[in-house]
Amino acid sequence: MKKYTDTGKKDTRSGFGVGLLKAGQADSRVLAMTADLKGSLKMDAFAAEFPERFIQCGIAEANMVGAAAGLAITGKIPFIGSFAEFVTGRVYDQIRQEVAYGNTNVKIASSHAGITLGEDGATHQTMEDLALMRALPGMVVLNPCDFNQTMQATIAAAQYEGPVYLRFGRPSVPNFTDENEPFVIGKAIVLNEGTDVTLIATGHTVWESLQAAEALEAEGIKAEVIDIATIKPLDEKAIIASAKKTGCVVVAEEHNMAGGLGEAVAGVLARELPTPVVFVNGEDKFGQSGTPSALMAAYGLDAPHIAEAAKKAIAKK
Amino acid sequence: MAKTNEELKQIATQVRRDILRMVCMAKSGHPGGSMGSTDILTTLYFNVMNQNPATWRRDGKGQDMFILSAGHMTPVYYSVLSRAGYIPVSELATFRQMGTRLQGHPSIRKGLPGIFQASGSLGQGLSAAAGLALGKKLDKDDNYVYCLCGDGESEEGQIWEAGMFAVFHKLDNLIAMTDWNGKQIDGPVDQVAGEGDLSAKWEAWGWNVIVADGHDYDSIQKAFELAKAGKGSGKPTMILFKTEMGHGVSFMAGTHKWHGSVPKPEQLEQALNELGETPLGDF
Repeated sequence: MKKYTDTGKKDTRSGFGVGLLKAGQADSRVLAMTADLKGSLKMDAFAAEFPERFIQCGIAEANMVGAAAGLAITGKIPFIGSFAEFVTGRVYDQIRQEVAYGNTNVKIASSHAGITLGEDGATHQTMEDLALMRALPGMVVLNPCDFNQTMQATIAAAQYEGPVYLRFGRPSVPNFTDENEPFVIGKAIVLNEGTDVTLIATGHTVWESLQAAEALEAEGIKAEVIDIATIKPLDEKAIIASAKKTGCVVVAEEHNMAGGLGEAVAGVLARELPTPVVFVNGEDKFGQSGTPSALMAAYGLDAPHIAEAAKKAIAKK
Repeated sequence: MAKTNEELKQIATQVRRDILRMVCMAKSGHPGGSMGSTDILTTLYFNVMNQNPATWRRDGKGQDMFILSAGHMTPVYYSVLSRAGYIPVSELATFRQMGTRLQGHPSIRKGLPGIFQASGSLGQGLSAAAGLALGKKLDKDDNYVYCLCGDGESEEGQIWEAGMFAVFHKLDNLIAMTDWNGKQIDGPVDQVAGEGDLSAKWEAWGWNVIVADGHDYDSIQKAFELAKAGKGSGKPTMILFKTEMGHGVSFMAGTHKWHGSVPKPEQLEQALNELGETPLGDF
């Protein structure tokens, strides 16, 4: 199978920080806003270079969303950053009215998403954010998989006209995509071609799926691996084409079942090409304290669980 | 050309007629607060704001901007926009009907000129207005941003988040108003939520606070002049307009009962008779 090299583990939030700075250098309309999490969101470099374009909002996320909408109406491109739970669940109605329905050019920078936020535990670990954001008409939902892709996705989000939800995380994970590969919103990326099973993944589960594909290859199973970095709008054509080829699908995500990528993919396949699907996700549970890797294993989201799911999917053909 | 008090009164009377006829045709809507803030919005659009329907654009460049945070008061908003030349007066007949640009609460999705942002879910408009004001500061655009909130609406915590933000970022180009009628849908404000002294609260928050009579054109205009003079102080201004819900019609005035309910046909007739006709004419 195609080889991917980890060029050194990095956190995806740092990819956001670099992308934000580059986007800010390219376009003076780009603003960075945060609710007392400048350091956690890696906005320090942007704030140092553009102090007048960095807007501290204090621990008041609801107001931050509205103020960002106002700034966007005047022609700015604000990125509002906080932990994923606090820029989605906490402010769902504000995002709904001020950003989605109001159709303002606000970029929601959602860090520490999923269970890999780790030790802070369940109050801070959202496994529901994709469901909330997917539900909003017109919202673009991005979930890049590594440092480089998150950097490029941030630049693409700044260039796109309209509301964007950009999800990334806290832990250091392998950095393996091409740093110069421009991010194309709405396009699935086939990382490895295979004929026996399709592994569809997003965010941190993409690397895990590549590892699973390697393990499967050792057993003679050829897995196709697709990186869904854009969850909405979903690249339905790529999913259908792959399912047609392999005949069975696994969907892996650091999110719960309800409203996640798994349901989105299953919806497409049910409509266009009924195909067996096995889901790898957080099911219907809250998280807990722990290290990111221990949590990924405990909640069944790592490479061994994905490989096991692939065999289940093949057995359903 | 500034309108005289007599001219303002005539427009406001017509706006109140529009409000009542709109909600009665739609068999729904919010006449009470709309009638209570009619004199404020009439004065704002005709004598205070730097606005021009012919050159209106959503980004508000080079003009004053207005956000109706208490989004349910669309009857007065749409009527004033129509009387100020943003939309045909005849369009008021489409209020709340299928396909209308005049949605129950303000929408930017139907191409309605004059609307800068969606509102309706309460407590959010002051944040959006603060964002507009900060945008104008960043662009060195010297114009003002106005925002009308309700006193019941001010029970929302986000109003006070926005209040803190506007002071911290020195938004002295932001002029907020509260329609201080002491009423909300479930009853008098002091019996629903015990909101307390809004004047003392906004002062404690660090705002310039002005208390004015929301039905006296001299008082309203003086309040706006003082508020505009606040630019340079580094502080945003809150004008607390003492108003009466349902003002202008005897049986509707001073009660919360008409917040979101609509007169019956014979009540409409009585209300229109009390207001009297104006040379501006009904839609």
